[in-house]
Amino acid sequence: MGQGVGASAFDEGLALEIIEGLAHLEGAMLPILHALQEAFGCIDARVVPLVAQALNVSRAEVHGVVTFYHDFRDSPAGRHVLKICRAESCQSMGVEHLVERLRMAHRLEPGQTSANGALTIENVYCLGHCALSPAALLDGEPIGRLDEARLDRLVLELSGARA
Amino acid sequence: MTTRIFVPIDSSALAVGAQAVAQAIAAEARARGLDVRIIRNGSRGMVWLEPLVEVETPQGRIGYGQVSAGDVAALFDAGFLQGGEHAARVGKVEDLDWMRAQQRLTFARCGVIDPLSLSDYRAHGGFEGLTRALAMTPHDVVEEVVASGLRGRGGAGFPTGIKWRTVAAAQGERKYIVCNADEGDSGTFADRMLMEGDPFTLIEGMIIAGLATGATKGFVYIRSEYPHAFRTMQRAIAIARAGGWLGDQFELEARLGAGAYICGEETSLLESLEGRRGQVRAKPPLPAIQGLFGKPTVINNVLSLASVPWIMAHGARAYADFGMGRSRGTQPFQIAGNVKRGGLVELAFGVTIRQLVEDFGGGTASGRKVRAVQVGGPLGAYFPDTLLDTPLDYEAMLAVKGMLGHGGLVVFDDHVDLAKQARFAMQFCAIESCGKCTPCRIGSTRGVEVIDRIVAGDGRAQNTALLRDLCETMTDGSLCALGGLTPMPVLSALTHFSQDFERPAAEQVFP
Repeated sequence: MGQGVGASAFDEGLALEIIEGLAHLEGAMLPILHALQEAFGCIDARVVPLVAQALNVSRAEVHGVVTFYHDFRDSPAGRHVLKICRAESCQSMGVEHLVERLRMAHRLEPGQTSANGALTIENVYCLGHCALSPAALLDGEPIGRLDEARLDRLVLELSGARA
Repeated sequence: MTTRIFVPIDSSALAVGAQAVAQAIAAEARARGLDVRIIRNGSRGMVWLEPLVEVETPQGRIGYGQVSAGDVAALFDAGFLQGGEHAARVGKVEDLDWMRAQQRLTFARCGVIDPLSLSDYRAHGGFEGLTRALAMTPHDVVEEVVASGLRGRGGAGFPTGIKWRTVAAAQGERKYIVCNADEGDSGTFADRMLMEGDPFTLIEGMIIAGLATGATKGFVYIRSEYPHAFRTMQRAIAIARAGGWLGDQFELEARLGAGAYICGEETSLLESLEGRRGQVRAKPPLPAIQGLFGKPTVINNVLSLASVPWIMAHGARAYADFGMGRSRGTQPFQIAGNVKRGGLVELAFGVTIRQLVEDFGGGTASGRKVRAVQVGGPLGAYFPDTLLDTPLDYEAMLAVKGMLGHGGLVVFDDHVDLAKQARFAMQFCAIESCGKCTPCRIGSTRGVEVIDRIVAGDGRAQNTALLRDLCETMTDGSLCALGGLTPMPVLSALTHFSQDFERPAAEQVFP
């Protein structure tokens, strides 16, 4: 779900195949965009006219949808994606200290990818693990009661990661 | 004889290692040549105890709390397959105070059964509501839901039966049932728990809604932050279809959101389902008249729809016997944040904030004093200690300038800075605003700036007056609840915690 993991290079034939496979759905736009991002790691600008054509809407409309939703990205994420919850419940358990730790000790900033392309940090507002705050989602798998020691360990493991 | 062991697959349990525990139990049993069957159940709602492993014994299901993979060998040594003594043993799960003090109607099966087993579901009363509904006229089904007093559990509290009545009466060659599973409020996770722990209840509720209103197609719109719930719903729908519960008369699809809080607003959700930017629609027309693709549409929260099977199976009166005033039935409350025992409890309306935070929750996790409790998500009010004895029902919360919302409570200890929380409320509104109306789109950003000036000691009195004025504009002038309710946390902070806005500037640290 929005991970760069396993994504392949852009391929127009594959993109068309994905679009055609889903275009019959009622309100097919979001399912198509999710499937394209799953395949290519981002919404490549080259898919916009293909989606527009298949759904009989303007390219501007597709562009508008892609840019409205936080999930859709215009370039692939790092090899791993750590989504950190910044909402109230996690604030009450000190998530802001963890974000500060990422900045100061690891030079990682939410919304950015580490220089070696290994780890992307993203903000998220609520993962539904509010009884286990602070919570995070690493490559789609949940983490509860995140603390500094665990965060340090994760970052070291992942950002030193082999490709 | 095979021993049945329950290891939750609820994603909160997974977040604290339930997967590794399940694997360790399987490996250990194999190594010891013991005959066990591991069932992946949902969560009982005692989230602080997760992973909560249960073993079925002649005495009942015996629980072992906060089990880690490293504990598993010792558990086998302690004879946990017979319910043996161990430091992690919490006793018979049904007899725990936390469980016994509840009135579990909607969540009766959650954590008990295998979420994806139709036979488990039926053995525990599943489809009894639908069976009864099938023997009634659609009109009588609608009136049963009206009589139950069920109100929208998403937060607005609109009577569910009245909505159904409007859709049933509306003309349309096609009608829809849309389930709002875009549970974006911090401090809430009841929808997620139900979809992961008992998805057939939601499916049954939606089928009944279809029968009652003449709708033939349903969508469950699930936020993308809930990948596990989405996968479980997809699988449950496929299983229900294969079992003959879905098909010609009523078809169902799960759809994934794309990370926009605003899509929890019903008209914005419909726009999103139709494949557009999730921008709010002006009302009227009501979705009940012109909803999804312009057709009459029931749009209800997960918990509203999931309450319907119980109501149909046991009758409107039995449901309405729970609750107080105009808030009938039960509400799954979620206790979260800085709290010792966080989780979900389903209770009749009327329980107080303090009972949930102190009796169930056990006070703060940090052991410090509770300073504030935010009720109802990011758009809900922050309450000080003096208001914690307020009962939780729709009207009582309104009377103290708060709202029940989706029933989530976030506890803060005395480290909290309410000026910072107020600023966050405005900032969150700015991040998540759909941009359609000016009070929300522009007001939220101006709100952040004004709070910064107040806190910096820059024209404090004038800027405080300005902030109250801005809040009034947003409340009265916004198109939907995002802009309209963002002032609630801000004003509650300003009213109950004014000292946080008046500290010397040097004490304030903002990012």
